[in-house]
Amino acid sequence: MGFIALKMLLGDRAKYIGIVIGLTFASLLITQQSAIFAGIMTRTFSFLSDVGLPDIWVVDPQVKYIDDIRPMQDTMVLRVRGVEGVQWAVPLYKGSLAARRTDGTYQSCTIIGLDDETLMGGPPSMVTGNLWNLRKSGGVIVDADGAAGKLAHILPGGKRVPLQVGDEMELNDNWSVVVGICRVTQTFQTNPVIYTTYSSATSFAPSQRLLLSFVTVKAKPGQDLHALCQRIERATAMRAYTRDEFKMVTFLYYLKYTGMPINFLTAVALGFLVGVAISGQTFYNFTLDNLRYFGTLKAMGAKNGMLLRMILLQALVVGGVGYGLGVGAASAWGMLIGARTQLAFRLPWQLLVVSAMAVLVICLSSAALSIRKVMKLEPAVVFRS
Amino acid sequence: MTASNNGTPKQVEVAVRCDGLTKTFGTGNAAVKALRGVDLEVRNGELLMLVGPSGCGKTTLISVIAGVLRRDGGDCTVFAQDYNRMSEDETTSFRGVNIGFVFQAFNLIPSLTTAENVATPLIINGMKPTAAVSQASKILVEVGFDDRMVRSFPQDLSGGQQQRVAIARSLVHQPRLIVCDEPTSALDGETGHKVMELMRRLGRAENRALVVVTHDSRIFEFADRIAEMEDGRITQVVDSPSKLKAMSNQVV
Repeated sequence: MGFIALKMLLGDRAKYIGIVIGLTFASLLITQQSAIFAGIMTRTFSFLSDVGLPDIWVVDPQVKYIDDIRPMQDTMVLRVRGVEGVQWAVPLYKGSLAARRTDGTYQSCTIIGLDDETLMGGPPSMVTGNLWNLRKSGGVIVDADGAAGKLAHILPGGKRVPLQVGDEMELNDNWSVVVGICRVTQTFQTNPVIYTTYSSATSFAPSQRLLLSFVTVKAKPGQDLHALCQRIERATAMRAYTRDEFKMVTFLYYLKYTGMPINFLTAVALGFLVGVAISGQTFYNFTLDNLRYFGTLKAMGAKNGMLLRMILLQALVVGGVGYGLGVGAASAWGMLIGARTQLAFRLPWQLLVVSAMAVLVICLSSAALSIRKVMKLEPAVVFRS
Repeated sequence: MTASNNGTPKQVEVAVRCDGLTKTFGTGNAAVKALRGVDLEVRNGELLMLVGPSGCGKTTLISVIAGVLRRDGGDCTVFAQDYNRMSEDETTSFRGVNIGFVFQAFNLIPSLTTAENVATPLIINGMKPTAAVSQASKILVEVGFDDRMVRSFPQDLSGGQQQRVAIARSLVHQPRLIVCDEPTSALDGETGHKVMELMRRLGRAENRALVVVTHDSRIFEFADRIAEMEDGRITQVVDSPSKLKAMSNQVV
C-alpha cells in the first residue's frame, strides 16, 4: 500500500509542494533560530574555551559570569599556589580599554593580560608572529577579525587596511606595537581582542587598587577537581569553579537575565506554528481531496490499519523532505553568511535532533486530523455520486 | 459459518439471500426508512438488475449486500456469510477477496496509471506491486487496452475507457460477486452498450454473480432478471424477455 500512498502523494504536485514548502520553512526557521541562539550562547563562554589548559578558575565570590570582572588582590595567586593539590596557578587579567585608530577615533577592545613568565592563557592559534614576542616592550597580539575590521587603518577615501605585525597602536594613551595576529573564538561583545602580558595589561589599564581578574589553576594529576575547588575556597574565601562549571554559570546567567531565550523561543514557536498552519492544513486538504479514493480503497478491502500506514507514510515522506530541505537551507545560510560576517551560528547534532522532532510533531499532528477523518469514513461513501 | 478450512467460502447455489432486510438512516422525526423488508435472492452466474425511482433504496441495498453498510434488521447472507456476525476487519477482508466494485463515477485514482488502478485490489490483498501491475496489464488486454493505454492515466481516457478500466479492476482479483452502481449513467448509449456487453461476458464468467443498479432502460436486455424496487421494497422480479421489454417501457 506504500506504493499507492506515495503515488497519491506525488501525483497531487501542487499540494505536495505546498506541504513540503510549509515544512521546509518551519524546519528552516526552527533550525536557523536555534543555531543562532546556540551560537550566541556559546560565545558567552568562548573565552573559557579558548583558555583551555587550566582546570580551575578562581574569581571574586560576587562574579556572576565570565565578563563580570571583580578584581582581586595580586597576592591571591600566591595563596592559591599554597593550596594542596595545585600544580600551578597564574594570574590572568581581563578588561576593557580604548584603542586609538589612525583616523583619530577610538575603539573599545577586550584586553587579556597573560602571566609574564609562562604566557599561560594565550590565543588558541596564531596567524602571524609568535606568542613569545609579547615579552617585547609594549608588544600586543591582535585577533584577526579585529585587525581586519574594527582596528583596521582607514585610508583617505575610506579603504581599510588590516593591522599588521609592526604596526603601532595607542592603548589608553600608552604606546604599543603589534607583534602578532591570532585567531580567537568570537566573543559575545564582538569587540576586538588584544593579548599582552599581565604587567603590560595592568599598566595600560586605568589605575586601580585591585587588578587581578582571575587566577587560573592546574591541578596535580589525579586530583578530584571539586574537592580541590572546595579547598581553594576555604583557603582564599574566593569562589573556585571548574572550567565546565564556570561555563555553565555564565550560560545560565545569560539565559536568565538577557531575555534572549524568550526572543528565540518566540521565533522557533513561530516556525512551528507556521509549519502546523500551512502543512497541517494543506495535508488535511490533500486527505479531504482524496477521501473518495480512501473510501474506494476501504470498500475494496483496505483495512483501517493499511490506510493509517498510508497516511503516516505520506506524512513522514513530506516531513523527511521538508526537514532535509529546511536543515540544508539553514546550514547553507549559516555557512555562507557566517563566512562573510560575524554571525553566531552553531549547529550541533542535538539541534538537528530537536528540529527533526519538531517537524515530526508537525507531521504527526497534521496526519492525526487526516487519520481521524479516514478512520471514521464509511466505505458506503463510494456509492454516493 | 460455512467457510472451508482455508477461509474461502464454499460454493453455494445462491450468492446473496436477503430476508426482511431493513435499514433506517437517522433517528426520531428525521429517520428515513431506506429499506423496509427486502426479500431477494441473487444466484451464482446471473446478472441481476435493480431498478426503480431515485430514493427507492437501490444503492442502500447494494451497499448492504457489498458489506459497506450494516443492516438494521432482517437477514442477509453473501455466500452464506453474515456480515453482522463478522468484525469490521473480517468484513473488510471478505470484501477484499469476494467482491468487486464498479462505480458510477469510476473512482479511479488519478495519480495511478491505468494498470496501477486495476492492480489496486491485488495490492490490497497483499500482492507485490510489480506482480500486481503485470497481472492487471493482462486483464486490461482482455478489455481491449493496448500497451500505450495501459500506461496512461485515467484523465487521459474517455468515459467509456475509464469504465472499462473500472470493470477490469472489479475483476482482477477474481471475486465471486460484482456490484455495479449505475455503470452506464455517465456514458452515451453506444458506449454503455459496449460496457454492458463486456461486463456480461467477463463478469458472468466463472459462475460469478452480478448485481447492477441502473436507471438505464437501454441496458435491461443484458439482465437475466430484473428486480424492481419502490419505497424500500422489492415490488416485482421478472425474468422473461417479454416482461423485461414491458418493464423497460415503464421504468425510467
